[in-house]
Amino acid sequence: MEASSKRSILAGAVFLILLAVVPVALFYSGKIFWIDIFTRLVILAIAGTSLYLLLGVAGLPSFGHAAYLGLGAYAVGVPIHYATIGGAEWLASYNGWWQFFLAIVVSALFALITGAISLRTRGVHFIMITMAFSQMIYYALISLEEYGADDGLSVYASSEFAPLMLDNPVHLYGICFGSLLFVLYTVHRLQHSRFGRVLQAAKQNETRVLASGVNPFKYRLLAFVIAGVIAGYAGALMANFALFISPDMVEWSRSGELMFMVILGGSQHLLGPLVGSSLFILLEFVLSRWTIYWHLPFGIMLLLVVLFGRGGIIGMLRKGQQS
Amino acid sequence: MKKFAVALLASTSLCTTVMAADDAIQVGFVTTLTTGAAVIGNDMRDAVNLALDHMDNTMGGKPVEVLFEDDGFKPATGKQATDKLIKEDDVDIVAGYIWSHVLMASYRSVLKADKVIISANAGPSAIAGKLCDPNFFSTSWQNDQTPMALGELLNARGVKSLYLMAPNYAAGKDMVAGVERTFKGDIMGKDLTKWGADAQLDFSAELAKAKASGAEGIAVFYPGKAGGAFIKQYQQAGLADVMPLFTMFTVDALSLPKLQEANMTGILGSEMSMFWSPEMDNPANQKFVAGFREKYGRYPSFYAAQSYDAMNLIKSAADALDGDFSSTSAVRYELAKANFDSIRGDFEFGNNHMPIQNFYARKVVEDADGNWTTEITKTVFEKHQDTYAATCSM
Amino acid sequence: MDTVLLITQAVNGLQLGVLLFLLSAGLTLTFGIMDLINLAHASFYMLGAFFGATVTIYTGSFTLGFFAAIIAVLIVAWIIEKVIISQLYTRDHLDQLLATFGLILIADTLVHIIWGPAGLAIALPPLLQGQVTFGGVTLPSFRILIIGVGLLVALGLYWLVNHTRTGMLIRAGASNRRMLNNLGVDVGSLFAAVFCMGAALAGVAGILITPITEASIGMGNDIIITAFVVVIIGGIGSIKGAFIAAIIIGMIDTFGRAFLDQLFMTVMPAETAETAAPAVSAMLIYLLMAIILSLRPAGLFPPKLR
Repeated sequence: MEASSKRSILAGAVFLILLAVVPVALFYSGKIFWIDIFTRLVILAIAGTSLYLLLGVAGLPSFGHAAYLGLGAYAVGVPIHYATIGGAEWLASYNGWWQFFLAIVVSALFALITGAISLRTRGVHFIMITMAFSQMIYYALISLEEYGADDGLSVYASSEFAPLMLDNPVHLYGICFGSLLFVLYTVHRLQHSRFGRVLQAAKQNETRVLASGVNPFKYRLLAFVIAGVIAGYAGALMANFALFISPDMVEWSRSGELMFMVILGGSQHLLGPLVGSSLFILLEFVLSRWTIYWHLPFGIMLLLVVLFGRGGIIGMLRKGQQS
Repeated sequence: MKKFAVALLASTSLCTTVMAADDAIQVGFVTTLTTGAAVIGNDMRDAVNLALDHMDNTMGGKPVEVLFEDDGFKPATGKQATDKLIKEDDVDIVAGYIWSHVLMASYRSVLKADKVIISANAGPSAIAGKLCDPNFFSTSWQNDQTPMALGELLNARGVKSLYLMAPNYAAGKDMVAGVERTFKGDIMGKDLTKWGADAQLDFSAELAKAKASGAEGIAVFYPGKAGGAFIKQYQQAGLADVMPLFTMFTVDALSLPKLQEANMTGILGSEMSMFWSPEMDNPANQKFVAGFREKYGRYPSFYAAQSYDAMNLIKSAADALDGDFSSTSAVRYELAKANFDSIRGDFEFGNNHMPIQNFYARKVVEDADGNWTTEITKTVFEKHQDTYAATCSM
Repeated sequence: MDTVLLITQAVNGLQLGVLLFLLSAGLTLTFGIMDLINLAHASFYMLGAFFGATVTIYTGSFTLGFFAAIIAVLIVAWIIEKVIISQLYTRDHLDQLLATFGLILIADTLVHIIWGPAGLAIALPPLLQGQVTFGGVTLPSFRILIIGVGLLVALGLYWLVNHTRTGMLIRAGASNRRMLNNLGVDVGSLFAAVFCMGAALAGVAGILITPITEASIGMGNDIIITAFVVVIIGGIGSIKGAFIAAIIIGMIDTFGRAFLDQLFMTVMPAETAETAAPAVSAMLIYLLMAIILSLRPAGLFPPKLR
């Protein structure tokens, strides 16, 4: 057990190092497109890791996580939009600090309000109520003609964080990857703090936690807000990467994809979301080049992972290691 | 875990080794090849392939290679497909784009790389106006033009009051606004219905309202499968006899065979506005339509017509430059001349590179073989330019 | 307000509600009894439409198409239950979500490969093409048929659940799953039967909607979320709850689309009302669900005691 745990830490480290080196190496060897794929993958992994905090640690299956990606992206896109075409002086700015601050505040507020309501429910009801709130954001964004309604908005500049240039693909990848490491570390620490232990205990047996005089609601709400903030931050990065924002980012199937990435990778492991998003994005890209019917092998793969492995890809790898 | 990482690396290097012949002109074509909307994408792809047949796969003395990419009907996927065409395949020119939101998402990637992008369908107002760019060209229309023509057609047909319906999204609102701009009668009511992934396809509530409004006519914009659904329900609700139907981008060569299959005779005789119709009498169009029908056994849609034109527009520049696409400014200079035989007859580009072209009224008819198609009844606008051209600073 | 229009819209709402009920009935039972979240329920709706439309086109008879659709969906559902779904009953909800999402991708792509992307349109039998008029209210006859079929199915289910031994087992399973084992029931067969019945009802909904819209790829994915909303509002596992919730949602959705803009125009400028009304009417069902869940976290009619 001891040895296998060491081995998996080593494997995780190797994976992260490869992820840091490969895209940059490809970029400088002239294959400039691949860094785009990896940037998207890493941003989704950040959002996925925040979902892991809810799904894996706290046992709260949020099906509306894409709402935060959207809110974070609009918090970057809208100030830049006004700074480019004029209007709304109090909001307009190219300043990245201001935009990311907005992204975090808006996400935190949305998480606080919807979390306070959603956390009254459990299980499937929680899945559905979180989805309901994100659908409301979706329809609200679709009706905002000011921001292009469903056509979306081109983001005409990147967030300014001198001396870093977010419009330089390598800088952007560096920021995203650094953020991923930071988020992984933070979630890891949270999980092993008293806070994380209360969440996990409440997931196993709520009555016992209540009996010990601790109200899990407050802990869950805090986890919900933290996860929302991280996903909102990922959304702000996404706006800088895609240079385009649209309500499509919030639509329920995006939340679904995010959740599927986490489950595919392994919802009970910190690196599950990263493994899941890597597999999801890379397979999607590779398979879709091969055939327009790529959803068929992709769907079969998802099915097989569930039927023959428990705990996603990481669960399968661990099982293989032990036997 | 390690194995996985190795496999990941291996797949990475494998996929980047696909390289094209050095000498060919490469055209990237982004359209929808998955989901139900693939029926449009397939029609466009068929038209592009027909255009290649007609030009013997050669432009400016060089072989042509078209790389088709799927946008999956999603802006993010479309943008990634565009980025791949530009950064990895390094294509000479990018074309296609059915959907406004996919075009908007992909637009900047192409311009940043200083390449030319040709829209074979989408014509959002932003790109025609404030965000116009010398590297952008359209072989279709600006969103507002077709509805403005419809408003004018309604005036000519003596319709005094109208009920309007469209999906609740940017293009839908453009269509409604366009009709309102030129229609002189009263708008008795309008409905913007739910669109997006769970788009509304049951229009019973709206049709009941339309009927109760007592309007003399109903004008709608429902692209894709929503169009067929709307027309069926329009007929099932018994409106065909009381409220004549006028459409925009709703009745086309993709929906007509299905409507005929479902025996929706209520659509026969209904009118729409459009820049083109399959029976138009000019040599380029005759060749296109005959070739298309021969090769694929069906009428081409306007999406196909626009795609065919896009390829010939590219060819006109390639021929003028002897296949040398190295200078983008030279390419766009040649493109701007619109020096080719378009399926719509003569047209020119406005300052915003949107076509200045005629708009017609066309009517649903049965052809000699019993197939349902459309036929031009009247010219509504001559050399019409979109209104956003004035706000484009080019 | 115009009474005729009001009644017309109420009937339209009823028709939408009935259709949603057909779709939700199976969902709520599999959910309640087997504790299975089945996203692929959407695919049975689509398959019903495609099978039914194909047979209708080949034979020229909608009635034949209707029954062929039911039989074909039953067969497919039975195979899928045996091979895949039966392994998922003991798994957690997340695994079920991922696996049934995989099934949706597979089903959608297979339909694309077999029938092409264009979808299928079918004609109605001449008898159903027209309209019927009751005291000034004119409605398409086919929509009346949908309401009739839906209400018949609802009655049949009511009878099945409340007056048969199978129904007793279903009720027992929905309120307390463990009891089934204690009763010495062949759980495997019961589950398979319930699953196939639910799938067949979804197939019925699919073939019924086809003459109004058409059979198209992913058509079920558009509506499955609304069906889930129905199940949740009604209370998981409750047929009665699903029926009432389906009718409520059908009505709210229809009336929202029909009258919200006029309502808004009385309190705000026409311009604002025009953009706000469609957005709010699209949000209504989610708003309703959020409100109901925040007041009654287990839905309106949760089966007694878990």
